[in-house]
Amino acid sequence: MTTYESVARFAQTWGLIYFFVIFAGVLVYALWPKNKRSFDEASRIPLRED
Amino acid sequence: MARAVETKSFTLEEMGYSVFLALLAVVCVILAGKAWDWQLAVHATVGAIFAAAGIFLIIKGYQSRLANPAQEIDGKPNYNMGPVKFAAIAAMFWGVAGFLVGVYIASELAFPFLNFDLPFLNFGRLRPLHTSAVIFAFGGNALLATSFYVVQRTSQARMPGIVTPWFVMLGYNAFIVIAGTGYLMGVTQSKEYAEPEWYADLWLTVVWVVYLLAFLGTLWKRKESHIYVANWFYLSFIVTVAMLHLGNNVSVPVSIYSVKSVQAFSGVQDAMVQWWYGHNAVGFFLTAAFLGIMYYFVPKRAERPVYSYRLSIVHFWALIFIYIWAGPHHLHYTALPEWAGTLGMTFSVILWMPSWGGMINGLMTLSGAWDKLRTDPVLRMLVVSVAFYGMSTFEGPLMSIKAVNGLSHYTDWTVGHVHSGALGWVGFVSFGALYCLFPWLWNKKGVYSLKLVSWHFWTATIGIVFYICAMWVSGIMQGLMWRAYDKLGFLEYSFIETVAAMHPYYAIRALGGGLFLVGSLIMVYNLYMTVVHGEDAEGVAAGSPALAPAE
Repeated sequence: MTTYESVARFAQTWGLIYFFVIFAGVLVYALWPKNKRSFDEASRIPLRED
Repeated sequence: MARAVETKSFTLEEMGYSVFLALLAVVCVILAGKAWDWQLAVHATVGAIFAAAGIFLIIKGYQSRLANPAQEIDGKPNYNMGPVKFAAIAAMFWGVAGFLVGVYIASELAFPFLNFDLPFLNFGRLRPLHTSAVIFAFGGNALLATSFYVVQRTSQARMPGIVTPWFVMLGYNAFIVIAGTGYLMGVTQSKEYAEPEWYADLWLTVVWVVYLLAFLGTLWKRKESHIYVANWFYLSFIVTVAMLHLGNNVSVPVSIYSVKSVQAFSGVQDAMVQWWYGHNAVGFFLTAAFLGIMYYFVPKRAERPVYSYRLSIVHFWALIFIYIWAGPHHLHYTALPEWAGTLGMTFSVILWMPSWGGMINGLMTLSGAWDKLRTDPVLRMLVVSVAFYGMSTFEGPLMSIKAVNGLSHYTDWTVGHVHSGALGWVGFVSFGALYCLFPWLWNKKGVYSLKLVSWHFWTATIGIVFYICAMWVSGIMQGLMWRAYDKLGFLEYSFIETVAAMHPYYAIRALGGGLFLVGSLIMVYNLYMTVVHGEDAEGVAAGSPALAPAE
């Protein structure tokens, strides 16, 4: 197997899984119902005067 | 931890910077004396003067302050806005300088006699001066100002350090001066957007690490438990630019007494590293960081929270994970292996999603407040910048597709694309931020004249439209002429014929750039009047502490 083939195989399997898992993790974190309240609060940070 | 007035000491921090600058001054003097090339002698002299000036400023700062600065005054954070003011003014200054050089070189392309056969007015030397002045000097100072402002305000904490914030601001601008004068003297390592030679690169590395520490230090001290999304964008920009800068400047100086250095990579590897750097300079310097501006200043100006905080999280992570792979699209149909080009193209197309996620989030923040666009030209500027962001991030992936790239690459279409992003997105979002920042920093009710903001907006917008339309026509025409064959299979046009055909569009481009420059001069006048003659905000007279003047 050439270097290209082994690198490509690694990228096409583990690379794909790596990206997919991270993206799924971000989606879960962003959409988790319990987080909504803190996100709503966070979105108002610039508007709060100090 | 508000301290009593009498506590005042020459801190370890002030001592550390003084010793460092003193050593630097000594090194610079030695380099100036033993330099092989006159350019290094000039730069080492400038470096020694800057280092000495730095020590002078530290001691002067120590003598003039009454106490170690308080973290809080009357229970409110005592924000450190002096350095922010400095960077805001510097952004304005470098912006005008950079646009002026841009108009000049655009005119040189239309009317070549304008180089007067002088080496330092040559297009090849002025072009990097223009790109660095607008990207790193104007854009960089706008980012330094807004990032230090935003991270303090959204963390409700004063920046750590007395000298540190100033070291970042002045050190960065010293780098700009060294880089810019270097181009004029012919000092370059010939890497696009990374032209400065090894010694300037080393200096920037030091400044950038301190910038990262100052930013992280402010976050560390934050009172808000959540780190606001704008700070995530700024942080990704600071970290990634550090990585890119180190990765693309692996070079060995011929001698420490020479300006010249040699790249560790060669051939196509060097090209790939360069465009990995180059495209991510676009992705993290010109996109992620300015999205940080958008996420603070658009909600603030529209007086509405960002449309979807969830979307901001998803598009942030998607953007930074995908952008880093898009670089190879700059090297289609070259010695770069085809698979690498395909990889870059694929990731560029996927980038449509997170880019438009940001655009939608910015624009929809105005939902229910669209009427403000009619009355507030500053908000109009911010919103139009987001629209330009959407447009240029649509055009970019399109141009990265190999079939399209075969036509567009090496033509003016690329130049037009870059400028729709640079003038429309980066320029307008920075102008919008400056129009907000100046009244806030100098405690004024608002900007001196909204009517002049409107004038700036329209002059600059018409200028951009002239610019990008001329470049679309010229670029596509150029691409088509290059690939036109006659019926015997010979090229139909000689190169000089394509150059002659582009002349009218080059003149239109220079006109468009000229209008953009005029707009920026209107802004300078307006902001100057805001500071000097603007109406004070309410409550200023009522004993609030006077802010230290910027330098």
